[in-house]
Amino acid sequence: MKILVMVKQVPDTATQVKVASDSRAIDTTGITWIVSPYDEFALEEALRIKEKRGQGEVVAVSLGPDRVKETLRSCLAMGADRAIHLLDPAWETADTLMTARALAAVIKQETPALALFGRQAIDDDMGSVGAQVAELLGWPCASWIMEEAVDEAGKAVRVGRQVEGGLEVFDLPLPAVVSAQKGLNEPRYPTLKGIMGAKKKEVRDVKAADLGISPEPPALSVTKLEALPPRPPGRIIPGEPADAVKELVRSLREDAKAI
Amino acid sequence: MAGAFWCIVEDDREGNPKKVMAEVLGEASRLAAQMGAQAEAVWLTDKAAPEGIKLLGELGAKRIWLCEDPAFVPYRGEAWTAVVAELAGKESPQAILGPVTTRQRELMARLAARLGAGLAADSTALALEDGKLVATRPVYAGKLLSKVTWARVPWLATLRPNVFRPAEPQGGASAQVERPTVSIPSAMMKLVERKEEASTGLPELAEAEIVVSGGRGLKGPENFVILEDLAKVIGAAVGASRAAVDAGWRPHRFQIGQTGRTISPKLYMGFGISGAIQHLAGMRTSKVICAVNKDPEAPIFKIADYGIVGDLFEVAPLLATEFKKLLEK
Repeated sequence: MKILVMVKQVPDTATQVKVASDSRAIDTTGITWIVSPYDEFALEEALRIKEKRGQGEVVAVSLGPDRVKETLRSCLAMGADRAIHLLDPAWETADTLMTARALAAVIKQETPALALFGRQAIDDDMGSVGAQVAELLGWPCASWIMEEAVDEAGKAVRVGRQVEGGLEVFDLPLPAVVSAQKGLNEPRYPTLKGIMGAKKKEVRDVKAADLGISPEPPALSVTKLEALPPRPPGRIIPGEPADAVKELVRSLREDAKAI
Repeated sequence: MAGAFWCIVEDDREGNPKKVMAEVLGEASRLAAQMGAQAEAVWLTDKAAPEGIKLLGELGAKRIWLCEDPAFVPYRGEAWTAVVAELAGKESPQAILGPVTTRQRELMARLAARLGAGLAADSTALALEDGKLVATRPVYAGKLLSKVTWARVPWLATLRPNVFRPAEPQGGASAQVERPTVSIPSAMMKLVERKEEASTGLPELAEAEIVVSGGRGLKGPENFVILEDLAKVIGAAVGASRAAVDAGWRPHRFQIGQTGRTISPKLYMGFGISGAIQHLAGMRTSKVICAVNKDPEAPIFKIADYGIVGDLFEVAPLLATEFKKLLEK
């Protein structure tokens, strides 16, 4: 069974992010890049499916500039068999829809049984690409999955989708798109052997023309990126706990009108 | 009506719109009025309650596109997307808005792909500038704000709950109900079962107006009862930090933060939470932030409006008592 896992390179949460001089993007100098955490859950799940079945292929796919190679190498070190790098200046202005179209085109070429995504990337938090790929391919889709089991025949997958107030369990015929929610699994760390082995695995560059697509202008564009305005300074309420609590409750009621 | 601002209804599965719809309809009405247009509701459900239809009218929907069919429950993107896209193709709305919920996050993304339109997910502000919609979205763990605009209509956006000013119900206002004929594709995905979460009797985290949240400072799962007692007094939901969830003290659905829920309550109260960036990402748009922590250097105090440096095991029960006195008045 072939599984494609779509991953995105994002700044580490703890990294300082600054707005670039054009006020539309971040200044990427000095940023530590990581694989978006939800995408790691997706990759881990793909590796587990392959291990459980004792055969198959896991392919990591990412769209982005040269530095994305590093992210794909991390995926190979975790255990992916090969990687595809969507690398083309035409994708520099990619919004979610342009990204989804490129990924859908790769998936069409690769014809996997399962296309796995993270629920959202933690940079722009759009959380749209997986569902958009499903729509473009006409595949069934389950988002925010907490449980997954591919049937023995490799014809269907049973997933538990997190919804408000519960978990909905569905059977999806394959091929299908699913997106991983935290709680699905605990991603492994790459072993030294994995890291060494990753160097020998294939990372193939793919351009828009290779997919037979010409990217359209973005449907959504950033007009301005700015730092969050600081919150007004807060107040530490001093005193013995009993007095401090009385004062806090009074402030919340009378000053903040929060209760 | 062409040019309308559509609101996709999120309901309680018993035929009534969820509370958050007052916010979506309120915002849609405000924006539509500036363009001489109207707010309309689009409701896919198995069965709408008459009170639910009435409420949508009172909240400002001038028209309701009501599609009632058992095939819409549970939500399946394959069926919903096709139906809303078909309606949008016929009626040409200016905008399609909905609240951030797990299913609308997926539905709106699919709809955007089907219509070739842009989607601003999890917006915290919407404004018309020179006749074009501009959305504000927190990005990079909430450290930056991104303003985005659309290349073409319809403008699709999901709205973060508790951020937009809700419409006040106007008694006597009513919506014209349309029951359009739509073709519903049969969904490939089949429901096996729905596992209900044990009800805590407390509000849902994403929609709650007050959230009480606990972190590593609680020292163990058994101590969350202290926060639950406080939450019961003030009608709050109980959340947790990643540290508390990763330690196995609370199920993941209660996690607030970058790899959990994003919330924006009127009042957030953090107990024994240090305030790591990834936690702040999930709650920094709360209106009033209150923190209780033993460590005066805890980063959460930097964004808190009110803080008490002290032992939560002492402070939380005292708070419950004081709030009880206040609310009994």
